[in-house]
Amino acid sequence: MTIIERPTTEVAVAGGAPSGVKPSEALGVFKRPAASTSWRDWIVTVDHKKLGIMYGVSAFFFFLIGGVEALLIRLQLIAPNGKVLNADQYNQMFTMHATTMVFLFVMPMAAAFANYFVPLQIGARDVAFPRINAFGFWCFLFGGLFLNSSWFLGGGADGGWFMYAPNSSTLFSPSHGIDFWTVGLQITGIASLTGAINLIVTILNMRTKGMKMMRMPIFTWMVLVTQFLLLFAIPVITVALFLLTFQRSFGATFFDVASGADPLLWQHLFWIFGHPEVYIMILPSFGIVSEVIPVFSKKPLFGYPIVAMSGAAIGFVGWGVWAHHMFASGLGPVSVAVFSMSTMAIAVPTGVKIVNWVMTMWGGKLTFTIPMMFAIALIVQFTIGGLSGVTHAVAPADTQQTDTYYIVAHFHYVLFGGAVFGLFSGFYYWWPKMFRRQLNNAIGKWNFWLMVIGMNLTFGPMHILGLQGQPRRMQVWTEARAGEGFFNLGFWNRIASIGSFTLGTGVLLFLVNVVYTHKSKKVAIAPLDPWDARSLEWMTQSPPQEHNFDVLPTVSHLDEFFHRKYETDSSTHGVTQVRSAEEVMAELNAHPDEHIHMPSRSYWPILLASSLPVIGYGVIYNRTLMAVGAGLILLTMFGWAMEPSTSPDDDFDPPAPGEGGGHTKELSPLG
Amino acid sequence: MAETAISHDHDASHGAHSSTGLSNNKLGMWMFLGSECLLFGGLISTYMLYKGRVNSGPQPNKIFDIPFTSVSSFVLLMSSLTMVLAVSAAQRKDERNMNLWLIITALLGATFVGGQVYEFTSFYREGLGFTTSLFGSSFYTLTGFHGVHVSVGIIMLMALVGMNRNNRIPGDRAEVVELIGLYWHFVDIVWIVIFTLVYLIPS
Amino acid sequence: MSTATEHVEHTDGHEAEHHGLSDKQYIYVALILAALTAIEVSTYYIDFGPFFMPTLFILMTVKFVTVVSYFMHLKFDNKLFTYLFYSGLILAICVYCGFLATFKFFLQKG
Ligand code: HEM
Ligand SMILES: [Cu+2]
Repeated sequence: MTIIERPTTEVAVAGGAPSGVKPSEALGVFKRPAASTSWRDWIVTVDHKKLGIMYGVSAFFFFLIGGVEALLIRLQLIAPNGKVLNADQYNQMFTMHATTMVFLFVMPMAAAFANYFVPLQIGARDVAFPRINAFGFWCFLFGGLFLNSSWFLGGGADGGWFMYAPNSSTLFSPSHGIDFWTVGLQITGIASLTGAINLIVTILNMRTKGMKMMRMPIFTWMVLVTQFLLLFAIPVITVALFLLTFQRSFGATFFDVASGADPLLWQHLFWIFGHPEVYIMILPSFGIVSEVIPVFSKKPLFGYPIVAMSGAAIGFVGWGVWAHHMFASGLGPVSVAVFSMSTMAIAVPTGVKIVNWVMTMWGGKLTFTIPMMFAIALIVQFTIGGLSGVTHAVAPADTQQTDTYYIVAHFHYVLFGGAVFGLFSGFYYWWPKMFRRQLNNAIGKWNFWLMVIGMNLTFGPMHILGLQGQPRRMQVWTEARAGEGFFNLGFWNRIASIGSFTLGTGVLLFLVNVVYTHKSKKVAIAPLDPWDARSLEWMTQSPPQEHNFDVLPTVSHLDEFFHRKYETDSSTHGVTQVRSAEEVMAELNAHPDEHIHMPSRSYWPILLASSLPVIGYGVIYNRTLMAVGAGLILLTMFGWAMEPSTSPDDDFDPPAPGEGGGHTKELSPLG
Repeated sequence: MAETAISHDHDASHGAHSSTGLSNNKLGMWMFLGSECLLFGGLISTYMLYKGRVNSGPQPNKIFDIPFTSVSSFVLLMSSLTMVLAVSAAQRKDERNMNLWLIITALLGATFVGGQVYEFTSFYREGLGFTTSLFGSSFYTLTGFHGVHVSVGIIMLMALVGMNRNNRIPGDRAEVVELIGLYWHFVDIVWIVIFTLVYLIPS
Repeated sequence: MSTATEHVEHTDGHEAEHHGLSDKQYIYVALILAALTAIEVSTYYIDFGPFFMPTLFILMTVKFVTVVSYFMHLKFDNKLFTYLFYSGLILAICVYCGFLATFKFFLQKG
C-alpha cells in the first residue's frame, strides 16, 4: 500500500542496526554516490530538474506505446470486417491504450512539468522531500514497465480502462492481464501519492521571500489543486484495486453478483477516483496555457484571482459529480437528478477559465508562436469537448449517448484536444529553458497543423458515429449495417482512421523536431529570455544550475520577472522596458548566496522502488516471491534510514568553483 | 524523514526559510493522515455495504465477542496515552522516560495485535473464513488493514528505541517522536470508529 | 484548502509546541476517554432504547475529536494542520455517505 515516509526510516532499524557506529561516521551500506556526469548520475539523482526530465522521457515513451495501440485500433476499424486484431486482442488493445495514456502518459507528463518548474516558479532551490521525489519517479517507471510486461506474459488487461465487474472477474478474464493491471496501478499510485505530498509541501512551505500564495504563477496554482486531488483520490482507487486483487488472487467475492455482491461498489469507487482524475489530467494543462497566453499576448492574465480560485472550485466540486458516469446503471431517479445538477454546475468554473483566457488575448499584442498556437487550439477544442460534456450531464440525453462513440468523442476532445495540446504547448514554451535550444519553428508549424487536423478528423466524426448509434468498444463493422448517405458509418470510420494516422504523423514530427534541434549544427543557443516571459523560472540561467538560483529572489509582484524588466508609465499607463533579462539577472546575482546545501545523491530510492514489482510478480505467480519482495523492502528501507539526507563530509559546502555538482558560482547568466 | 535534517540545519545556520514557519515533515504527515481517511473510509463503507450479506457461515452479531474486543480496544486507547507521554518526555529531553514510554506503547500495541490474531483464529474456528461470505471478506479486509497499520507502528516504535540507543536519529529527535506519535494516534482513532461502527452497532 | 495558508504566511516563529497539556492533564484526558469507552460498552449490556444509536455516535465523535485535539495537539498547533487533516476527513465522510446513500443504505435502517 502506501509507503509512508516515516515508517521507512524506522522499519529499518528493527532489522538490526549495526551497533557501535559513531554518530558522526558516514552511514550507509554503499559509498555515497558523488556528483558525476555519467549515466549513473541519473540513477542516483535527487535533483528535481533531472527527475522532471526523466519523468518526461519515460512518459513520452509510454505515449508512443499507447499511440501504437491506438493506431492498431483505428487500423482495425478502417474497413469493414477488419482482420488486424481478433476480438480478444481488440479488448486488450483499447484497455491498455486507455490505461497507458491516462496513467503512464498524461499524469506523469504533468508530473514532469510540475517537478521541473514548480520549484523554479516559487523560487526554491529544491523540493521538500528530494529522495522521496526520486522514489516516486522510480515507482512510476517500474509500475509502468510492470504493467506493460503483461504483453509478454499472456496478454494485457482486457476489461476496459474502468474495469467493470463482471468483466474483471477471473471467469471472464482468465489471463493474468488484469492482475498486472491492478498491481501495476497500485505501484504507480504510490508514485502519485508520494509525489502529491512532496509537491504540496514544497508549494506551501518552500516559497521564496515575498512569494505569497496570490503571487504564485497559475501553473503552480493548478499543480497545487491537482496534487490535492491526487492526495485524496489515490486512496480511493487503492481500496478498489485491493478489493479486486483480493477477489482475483485470494478468492474473495467483492464484485461477484452470484455471491450476493453489488457490482456497483466497484463503479462507485472507481468513479469517486475517476472524476477527480479527469481534472488531475486537465488542470496542469490549464496551468500551462495560463502561462503561455499572457506571455504571447503581452498582457497580464485577465482576472488572476478568478483563475486561481476557479481552479480550486473545480477541485472542490469535482468530488460531487462522479455518478454521472453511472446514469445508465440503475442508480435511482433521486441520485440521477442530484448528480445531473452537480455536473452542470461544474461546467461553470470551467467556463470561467475559458472566458479569462479569451479576455487575456482580447486587445493584446498577439504573437502566434508554436506554444501560443497549441494554447489557442486547446481553448477551442476543450470548449467543444466541454460542451459535449454538458450534453451528457442531461441524464436522459446521456442514456442515449453512453457507451457510444459520442462519449469517445467527448473525452478525446477534452483529453487530447485539451490536456495533450496543453502539454505540447508546454514542450515548445519551456524547451529553451530546459535545454538551451529553441525547437525549430518550421517543423513546429507542421507538427501543430498535422496534430490539429488529425485530431479533429479523428474525433470530430465520432460525434456523428456515436449519435448514429455506433457503440464504443466495437471490434468490427460490416458494410451491410453501415447505413446510407451522410450517415454512412463506414465513411466516417474511414475518415476517423485517416485522421488518426495524420495525428500520429504530427506527433512523430515532434520527435523529428527534437532530434533536429539537438543534432543540427545550425541551431543556435537560445537567448536567456526568448519569449519575454513573466515568471521566476526565467530569472536564472538555462538550464538552471543544480541549485536553481545563485541568489534567491525576493518577490514583490505577481509576474515578478516582468516587473523587473518593465516599468509602468503612470501618465500613459503604457509599459516601457527598463532592463533586459541579462541586466535583471546580473543585478540579482551581484552578491551570490554562499553555503548552499543541496541534498546528496542516493541509491536507495531506486532500490526501494525496484522491490515493489518483485512483490507484484509474487502476487501473480508465487507467494514465496512475495515474501522475498517484502524482505527486500525491509532491507532497502533499512539502508535508506541509515543514510542521512546530506552526506556528512558535506561535499557540497562550501562551494569551490569549477568542482562538479551544481554549486559552482557562475556569475554569467548564460553560463 | 531524514529530510528533516536538511531543513533544520538550514533553518538554523543558513536562514533558508519555510514559508509557513512549519516543518515540512509535520505538514507531510498531516497530509498523509488526511489521505488515509479516504482509505479507511473506503474500507469501512465497503464493510457497511456488505455486513448483512451472509450467504453462508456465521452472522456478525453471532460471532463478535464484545467483552473481549472491548478490552483490546481499551488497551489500544491507553497506548495513545503512553505515546503522548513519550512525546512529552522527548520534548523535555527526558530520554529515560521517553524510551520507557515508547517501549510500553509498543507492548500495548503488540497486545492489541495479539488480541486480533486470537480473535481471527477463533472466528476462523467458528466457521468464518476470508472467503466464507461477503461479510467475512470485508470484515477481514477492514480489520486486517488496521492491524497492518498497528504493526507498522510497532515496528516504527521499536526502531525508534533502537535508533535512539545508537544515537542515530537524524534531525530533531522530539519531532521524530512526535511524528510517529501522530501516526500512532491516527491508528487509534480509526479503531475508535471501527469499534463503534463494526462491533457495537449490530447489523 | 488554499486560503488557509494566507494568514500564516511568513510568521517566522516556530510552532507553539509547548502549549500542549502537562502529563497530569494527559492522564485526566485518558481517564475521560476510558469512562466514555465504558459507557459505550455498557450499551451492549443495558438497553438504551431509542438513544442507542445517538449515544454511540456522540461518544464516538467525542472520543475521536478528543484524541485528535489533545493527544495529537491539533488544538494547540497551527491551524493549517487542522485544515489539512479535517479536509480529508470531511471529504471522506461526505463522499462515502453520498455513496452509501445511492444504495439506500440509510433508508433500510429507518
Ligand atoms: C465541462 C465539463 C465536463 C462535463 C460536464 C463532463 C461530463 C461528462 C459525463 C457526464 C460523462 C459520462 C458520459 C457517459 O459515460 O455516459 C463524461 C465522460 C468522460 N469525461 Fe467528461 N465532462 C467534462 C469535462 C471533462 C474533462 C475536463 C475531462 C478530462 C480531461 C473529461 C474526461 C472524460 C472521460 C475520460 C470520460 C469517459 C469515461 C469513460 O470511459 O466512460 N471530461 N464526461
Ligand atoms: Cu466525470
